[in-house]
Amino acid sequence: MQKLLAWIDDRFPLTKVWEEHLSKYYAPKNFNFWYYFGSLAMLVLVMQILTGLFLAMHYKPDTVLAFASVEYIMRDVDWGWLLRYLHSTGASFFFIVVYFHMFRGLLYGSYHKPRELIWIIGVVIFIALMATAFMGYLLPWGNMSYWGAQVIISLFDAIPWIGPGLAEWIRGDFVIADATLNRFFALHFFVPTLILPALVFVHIVALHKVGSNNPDGVEIKKKKDAEGRSLDGIPFHPYYTVKDVVGVVVFLMIFSAVVFFGPELGGWFLEHDNFIPANVLQTPPEIKPLWYFTPFYSILRATTSDMVTWVLTPFIAVLGLLTLVSVRNFLTKAAVLVISIAILAGFFTLEAKLWGVVLMALSLMLFFFLPWLDRSTVKSIRYRGWMFKLALAVFVVSFIALGYVGTKPASGLYKLIAQVGTILYFAFFLFMPWYTTYDKTKPVPERVTWK
Amino acid sequence: MSEEGMNPRRRRLLVITSGLGVVGTAFAITPFVMSMLPSARAKAAGAPVEVDISKIEPGQLLTVEWRGKPVWILRRTPAMLDELKKDENLLADPNSTVASQQPKYAQNLTRSIKPEYLVLVGICTHLGCSPSPHLVAGVASGLGGDWPGGFFCPCHGSKFDLAGRVFKNVPAPTNLVVPPYKYLSDTRIIIGVDQKEGAA
Repeated sequence: MQKLLAWIDDRFPLTKVWEEHLSKYYAPKNFNFWYYFGSLAMLVLVMQILTGLFLAMHYKPDTVLAFASVEYIMRDVDWGWLLRYLHSTGASFFFIVVYFHMFRGLLYGSYHKPRELIWIIGVVIFIALMATAFMGYLLPWGNMSYWGAQVIISLFDAIPWIGPGLAEWIRGDFVIADATLNRFFALHFFVPTLILPALVFVHIVALHKVGSNNPDGVEIKKKKDAEGRSLDGIPFHPYYTVKDVVGVVVFLMIFSAVVFFGPELGGWFLEHDNFIPANVLQTPPEIKPLWYFTPFYSILRATTSDMVTWVLTPFIAVLGLLTLVSVRNFLTKAAVLVISIAILAGFFTLEAKLWGVVLMALSLMLFFFLPWLDRSTVKSIRYRGWMFKLALAVFVVSFIALGYVGTKPASGLYKLIAQVGTILYFAFFLFMPWYTTYDKTKPVPERVTWK
Repeated sequence: MSEEGMNPRRRRLLVITSGLGVVGTAFAITPFVMSMLPSARAKAAGAPVEVDISKIEPGQLLTVEWRGKPVWILRRTPAMLDELKKDENLLADPNSTVASQQPKYAQNLTRSIKPEYLVLVGICTHLGCSPSPHLVAGVASGLGGDWPGGFFCPCHGSKFDLAGRVFKNVPAPTNLVVPPYKYLSDTRIIIGVDQKEGAA
């Protein structure tokens, strides 16, 4: 055995990789509950790829055959129902796990220097995941699949000049049609099996270069013993591999409970309207995406012309003025002034529809800038002041509220909640440079705390 | 990556070959990108549709499919046509000034060739849902007492009147589209073919 290993090591750095990334990769010893979700996300990715592969052996990406082929999988293929429910439930759990994983980053400031790139790659993974889920949702060719895709692809129509052409290029037709279904199937296979694993790989390579953050936000690489090992670190294997197995078991218990006892989860994981085949002439009474897209969908719907005139205009004016007095450099001041005036001019000349699309895109793009919007010297929420704690709490509440009203019709109180939620969502990001600067922080300990 | 001591001639050649490589890549990508455009078959599929309108009762709506989209043909009652004159204060573009939303011959109060028959593409100008008809005016519609009758989009709450004209302060920016159509006889229309200008 030893000989075989030596033979391999002469030709491939097996022991070196094993040690660098597992047995001698030192991770902070104070990981808590929130640190399960990274490995769980990888688990779900593998599950989705495997169940997707076997589903693809029976599925037919053709507008005439697609709906029936999914029902065929459910009824006639041996264990097909299980594969399908694992895949559809897996999609929702993927987002649950990823949202928890991202929230962990917000809690403990995992995006701070030197982990900006890990965070940015993570946001790219999140967007690729959203694209994958969106394309996969068209495949059953149910009525909600069809009209949901119609709405989302029409978003591109709102882009001035190139929009309509771009939307046609994406659809491959003038409406959602066979060409669209066929290419979405191809992309729904290609992105998650090739692009996502590649992105996850770089995400982890970047993580292992700088090392994990932890609930105290302390750099464990600063304190090392005589042999150069972090005093507050423990080898990833066996300590965290074993700990993660516990997380996996608990996760699979909850996951299986949903798959076996409520795979539709009352319309939250599989919408009722999608059990009707796509009908080109009949929009479902209420079009809504699945729950994981609804916060962003709410932002899109909340942006009416009244909202732009009476709320967004003062919001941008205040933000512009605040930036103007805060930055010192003259050129930056001039740039801020020009950009603010351009946006305000746009508010009064371009359609509200376009601004809805812009805000929705921005609500995702802002995550990229988080490492630079947060001016605090302290990473973890444990040592931050009340301002950040309040801001994060408001952000979480507005995100959940936006998600909830996104599943409801856009009128009356729901619309109002969506509009308030939208403002709070953006305030969290856009006012961050100020409240993180003035927030009173507590002293951060030298070493991680361990009870 | 160090540029020190690099022969200027070599550097120049490197820049030129890299530049040509980029151009070559752009050429190579083109067929892939172009293959995703609507195919010749998709372009050819947009054939005109002939519809017999003689069976539509006053106040009734007929939906037909044209280019994969729902097209409504509504036979309006005199009461419905009266509403069109009264609801202007609710509308964003009562005079149909946005030229792209209807052919010239339908750029009038009723947005139609013959006032009685309205022909509309039943796709919301916001994000492409199909609005549902709420043709009855007033409280009975469930859309409030001042509802003049029209179409309500369930997706994002846009409202249109019985000529497909958009309401103020809803997400949809423009009136519903009137497709090109023409009368073959008093009881038959063809959707997708323009009426000769001035013939109406």
